[in-house]
Amino acid sequence: MKRKKLVVLSALSAFALVVSGCSSSSEDSSGVEIEVPDIPMHQAMGEFEGELNIVNWSGFVEPAWTDKFTADTGCKVNPRVAGTSDEMVTLMRTGNYDIVSASGDAALRLIVGGDVQPLNIDLIPNFSDDIAAGMKGNVYDTVNGKPYGVPIGRGANLLQYNEDVTGGAPESWDVVWESNSPYAGKITAYDAPIYIADAAVYLMYHKPELNIKNPYALDETQLAAAIDLLKQQNKIIGEYWSDPVAQITSFVGGNTVVGTSWEVLRKFAGKDNLKTTLPIEGSTGWFDSWLVSSTTKNINCAYAWMDYTSKPEVNGAIAVNFGMAPANTAFCASSPEAQAHCDTFFAEDEEFFKRIWPWTTPIETCVDGRKDVKCTSFQEWTNAWATVKG
Amino acid sequence: MTIPTAQKQSKSISTFLMRKPKLRLIGLLALPMTWIVGVYIASLFLLLITAFWEVDSFTSLVTPGFTLEHFINIFTVPAYLATSFRTLLIALAVTFICILFAVPLGIFMAKIAQPWLRNFLAVAITLPLWAGYLVKIIAMRLVFTEEGFFNWLMAPFGIRGPGFSIPIVILTLTYLWFPYMALPVYTAIRQIPPNLFDASSDLGGKGFTTIYRVVLPLIVPAIIAGSVFTFSLSLGDYLAARFTGGSTQMIGSLIAANINLNPPIAAAYSMIPITFVVIYLMVARRTGSLERM
Repeated sequence: MKRKKLVVLSALSAFALVVSGCSSSSEDSSGVEIEVPDIPMHQAMGEFEGELNIVNWSGFVEPAWTDKFTADTGCKVNPRVAGTSDEMVTLMRTGNYDIVSASGDAALRLIVGGDVQPLNIDLIPNFSDDIAAGMKGNVYDTVNGKPYGVPIGRGANLLQYNEDVTGGAPESWDVVWESNSPYAGKITAYDAPIYIADAAVYLMYHKPELNIKNPYALDETQLAAAIDLLKQQNKIIGEYWSDPVAQITSFVGGNTVVGTSWEVLRKFAGKDNLKTTLPIEGSTGWFDSWLVSSTTKNINCAYAWMDYTSKPEVNGAIAVNFGMAPANTAFCASSPEAQAHCDTFFAEDEEFFKRIWPWTTPIETCVDGRKDVKCTSFQEWTNAWATVKG
Repeated sequence: MTIPTAQKQSKSISTFLMRKPKLRLIGLLALPMTWIVGVYIASLFLLLITAFWEVDSFTSLVTPGFTLEHFINIFTVPAYLATSFRTLLIALAVTFICILFAVPLGIFMAKIAQPWLRNFLAVAITLPLWAGYLVKIIAMRLVFTEEGFFNWLMAPFGIRGPGFSIPIVILTLTYLWFPYMALPVYTAIRQIPPNLFDASSDLGGKGFTTIYRVVLPLIVPAIIAGSVFTFSLSLGDYLAARFTGGSTQMIGSLIAANINLNPPIAAAYSMIPITFVVIYLMVARRTGSLERM
C-alpha cells in the first residue's frame, strides 16, 4: 500500500480550541504528523447500490428511522450491533461492513490502519454549521486536515454517586483514586485500556510535575505514573464494569457507591439517590462518528446514510434513543422535549464539553505536539492495562 | 422363492463392503475424522500458530511471522503468572467442592432415598442445566449483591456475604458445573452391586468404613470423569469472574480482553489452560482411572 506522509495542522489547534482550554503552550502551529495510507475520497454521488451494512452501537440503528431511509433511497439497512470499540474495529477489518459508528478510541486506529476512507464533506449537506463546534475537526477523526468522520453524538464519563451514602456531590475524582477513600471497596471503574486516560486526567490536575498536556499523549514515564495510580485504585475497587447492565445493578444493588458512569446509565437506573457530577479535574468522554470503510461497495448508500442521520430530527432521534448529546444542535430547538433532552446531556454546553477529553486512540506520534519523545501506543496501553488488575 | 429387491440390494452392499475392509473402515470413520481433524485439530493448530505471529503495535493488525515475545510476556509479566495461578486454584477448588457435595448426595440418592425422592433429586440436579448459562450467572450476581437475597436472608443472623470476590466466583462455578459431577457419581454408585454392601456389613464394616473402603475406590473413575468437566470448564470460564468476581481476573478474562486488541497474546495465553488440562489428564491416567472410565 502506498503510504504518504502528510503534515497537518488540525490536531493541535483543534485540541487547543476545542478540548483543553487549560494548556496555553500548545496553541502554536506545529502540526502533528500522522502517517496514513493514501485512500481516495468519493468524488460525486452516483446510483444507490441497494444495501448498507452498518456496525453500530446498540440503539443507533432502529426501524423508526431506517424505514424512511430505505423508502427514500432503496438502500436496505443491515445493522450489526457491537459491544465494544475493539469489536467494532475487528468487524470493520473483515471488510463485510460499509460504515461504522465509531468512538474516538476506535476511529484513529481505523484511519491509520487504512480501514476507513477520507470523506468528501461537500456530499453531506447536513454536515453544517448546526453540528456542535466541539465535535468538528477533532484529532480522533480528522487527520492531516482531512475529515474521516461525520459526528453522531457525544457523552461524558461522569462521576456517579449514591447520594444517600455520600451526602452530596464529591468535588473531586479523589474518591475513586485515593487509598483513603471513604468508599473503598464500593468503587467502580470502566473496564477498558482507554480508562488509563482517566488516570491521566486526574494526574494532570494533581501532579503537574508530570507535565501531562493531553491524557492520550503519554510518554513512558507518564504512562507508568498512570498505571501506578490505577494499581493503587485496584486495591479499593469493588467492581470493574464494561457491561452497562452490570454497572446499573451494581449501583442499584448497593455494591457500588461511587464510580465512572454515563448520564444515560443513571437515567436507566431510575433511582433518585443516584446522581452524576463532573468533578474539578474534568473527565474523558466518548465522541461518536460515522466512518466509511475503505473497501465499501455501497459508497453512495453510505453517504446518503450519513447525510440522512445528520438531519436534526434523525440525529436527535438517535441521541434520544441512545441517551447522549446529539451532534446536530438544531434538534434542540425543535420541541420542548428535545430541549429538555439537550439540557440533560449538555448538548449545547460547549463550556461543559471543554472540560471533557474525547476518547482518542493513543499513538506513537504524540497528539499533544511533542516531537522529542515517542508516546505510548494503544498496544502498550492494552498490555499495561492487563497488569493493573493483577 | 424370490428375494425382494431392496433386500437383495442391501445384501449386495454388505457383501461388497465385506470384501473390502479398508473401504469399510473409511466409511465408518469418515464423518468423525472430518470433524476431529478438519474442525477440531485444524482450528487448534491455527490458534497455536497465531501465538507466534506478530501484531502491529498501533492498528492491532496481525501479521504472520515468528516471535516468542508473547510467550515470554506470559511467563515474565507478573499479572499473567498470578492470573494463571489464581485460575488454577479456583478450578481445583470448584472441583473439590463438587466432589465433596456429589459423593454424599450420590450415596443418599442411590442407596437411601425412596424412589420418588430419588427421581425428584435427579430432576432437581439436572433442572439448572435447562436454564441459560448467562441467566444462571446473573442469578448468582443478584443473589449476592449487597442488597440481594443472601444478605437479606442472613441479616437476622448477623451474617453478610463477602461481596463479589473469588469465593463467589468459586460458588458460581460450582453451581454451574455441579451436575456434570453429580450425575456420573450417582450413576456409578447405583451400579455398585448391593451384595458388596452386604458383604462389607457382614465383615463388620460400619457406614463410613463401607464408603471409604468399598464405595470410593469403585467410583474413582466417575469422580475423575466428572472432575475433567468441572476442572476444564472452570479453567476456561470468564463470565462468572466478570459478573460475580468484582475485580477478580481469570485466564479467560485476560484472553477476552486481548482477543480483539492482541490476538497473538490471547492465543499464547490459551495454551496455559490447555497445558493444565493435559497435565491433569496425564495425572488421571497414571492413577489408571481413565482406562476404567
